[in-house]
Amino acid sequence: MKNIGKIITYLFLSIAAFVSIFPFYWMIVSSTNTSVDVTGGRMLPGTHLLQNWQTLMGQVNFGQSFMNSLQLSLATTVLSLLIASLAGYGFEIYKSRAKDLVFNILLGSMMIPFAALMIPLFRMFANLSGTFPFLGLNTKMGVILPGLATAFLIFFFRQSTKMFPKDILEAGRIDGLSELGIFFKIYLPTMKTTYAAAAIITFMGSWNSYLWPLIMIQTQDRQTLPLLIANLGSSYAPDFGIIMLAIVITTLPVALVFFLLQKHFVAGMTGSVK
Amino acid sequence: MDLSRSIPKALSAKKKMSKQQLAQTMVGWGFVAVAAILIAVFSFYPMIQAFYLSLHSGMGNNLQFVGIANYLRLFQDATFITAVTNTFTYLIVQVPLMIVLGLVFSVVLNRPDLKGKGFFRTAIFLPAITSLVATSTIFRYLFGQQGLVNMALLGLGIIDSPLGWLTQPTLARIAIIIVITWRWTGYNMIFYLSSLQNVDYSIYEAAKIDGANAIQQFFKITIPMLKPIILFTSITSTIGTLQLFDEVMNITGGGPGNSTLTISQYIYNLSFRWTPDFGYASAVSFAIVIMIVVLSIIQFKVTGDKK
Repeated sequence: MKNIGKIITYLFLSIAAFVSIFPFYWMIVSSTNTSVDVTGGRMLPGTHLLQNWQTLMGQVNFGQSFMNSLQLSLATTVLSLLIASLAGYGFEIYKSRAKDLVFNILLGSMMIPFAALMIPLFRMFANLSGTFPFLGLNTKMGVILPGLATAFLIFFFRQSTKMFPKDILEAGRIDGLSELGIFFKIYLPTMKTTYAAAAIITFMGSWNSYLWPLIMIQTQDRQTLPLLIANLGSSYAPDFGIIMLAIVITTLPVALVFFLLQKHFVAGMTGSVK
Repeated sequence: MDLSRSIPKALSAKKKMSKQQLAQTMVGWGFVAVAAILIAVFSFYPMIQAFYLSLHSGMGNNLQFVGIANYLRLFQDATFITAVTNTFTYLIVQVPLMIVLGLVFSVVLNRPDLKGKGFFRTAIFLPAITSLVATSTIFRYLFGQQGLVNMALLGLGIIDSPLGWLTQPTLARIAIIIVITWRWTGYNMIFYLSSLQNVDYSIYEAAKIDGANAIQQFFKITIPMLKPIILFTSITSTIGTLQLFDEVMNITGGGPGNSTLTISQYIYNLSFRWTPDFGYASAVSFAIVIMIVVLSIIQFKVTGDKK
């Protein structure tokens, strides 16, 4: 009886794992095949990887899109983490009634759907285009700015700060550190795990974001990877080998970040949901 | 130093507050200022703008005040009603399915005697790292007429002729629900797993001794323990589903006909695809805001949590 239960458990988990992983296997294998092989249902590695790579780099300017995505995501991650952790720290360490009120109002922004913001934001940046060309439509700043401060991330940092030993702060003050100095020299290094988890969430979100870049970016030289993949996929005669290679390369950096920071990720999440 | 006094108290005590204390309070505001200003400028202000726009009508920037005309138009707009129906179909079927699956996975993967935990956790979480556009592109092929799903079903003898996953309205909706579930279940599972790690496993041991079976343990221990995080994930999933865009846009494009169209996609089409009608599109977007607020309140009430 106990054994049957065990077998069912492992069978259930194996099916779930198979369903989860199979599309990854399929996209990797397909990136080495010709489009004809892919549509024909070939599920073994082929020999077309190099040719797919050459087409991807030559014809569709994949390298440029990759760099665009990388710049936007790195900038977004670094700035978001800084802004959100300063705020989360500020709300928790310098707690006051007034600040809690502001915090709750900010949390309310989590309920605002992006769909309701995209039109006013588009108009805002379209209006800025005239006066501040670096801030208008089709600019990197324009893509980054609206998503820089998120209530979710502030909440995440505040929750984690609750477990931060406050005595250390007093010790820092006695040692003559400024308030900002305490944040950067004591808090930030201690909270590595939280930062790692936040970095994964933010980097992934930014790297994979689609709707806002779709609205903001208007020229091909500025397009990000999701836009490129969507364009390749909706073209008149899609080449599946090339599309799958594009998807594999697009997925790699996130996979890398995830596997490198995985331990911190789980630990960081555990800290925040306590 | 205690700053958590009531505001009037704090105000009357202001004079007594030492210079250093005052400086501390100001420093605190400094820490939160950038985030607060950014959210005000890029969330709250546009929100007000959207409401203002929703009371106006006209092409592009040539706007005229029309009162609630746009909102009245919603009720007669067949496309809007279709989009709302589709979105709610996804919501009602997909969110509970995903939450239950995520809970089951997390409970099973939390067993201390389970082997290969790390592998299974990573495998089930892995879909969450992919871009929605990439996921959609992959599944659009897998669900194609000649795709692997049909090939597998034919091969197993379950069906006699290929199914029109993306060309038949009901099947297209099912395909989209499958894709979203594939992409997000592992993501939600991580939240439950993290919370479960804070639950002392000896509670389960004690329940076992008391004769509680696995299902009883699930409903009597796991669900109550995870209530806050279940509430959190159900609200975020609801908000996410009401804004569904990337997947449908890249799997079916809203078709066949409008049978998979979502509200967000309709707003996008109204503003950026067709002749821009920002006023009406904003009214549609405000409809989503209202739905989110109402559904969140219901979810809070149902779970009966004060916080």
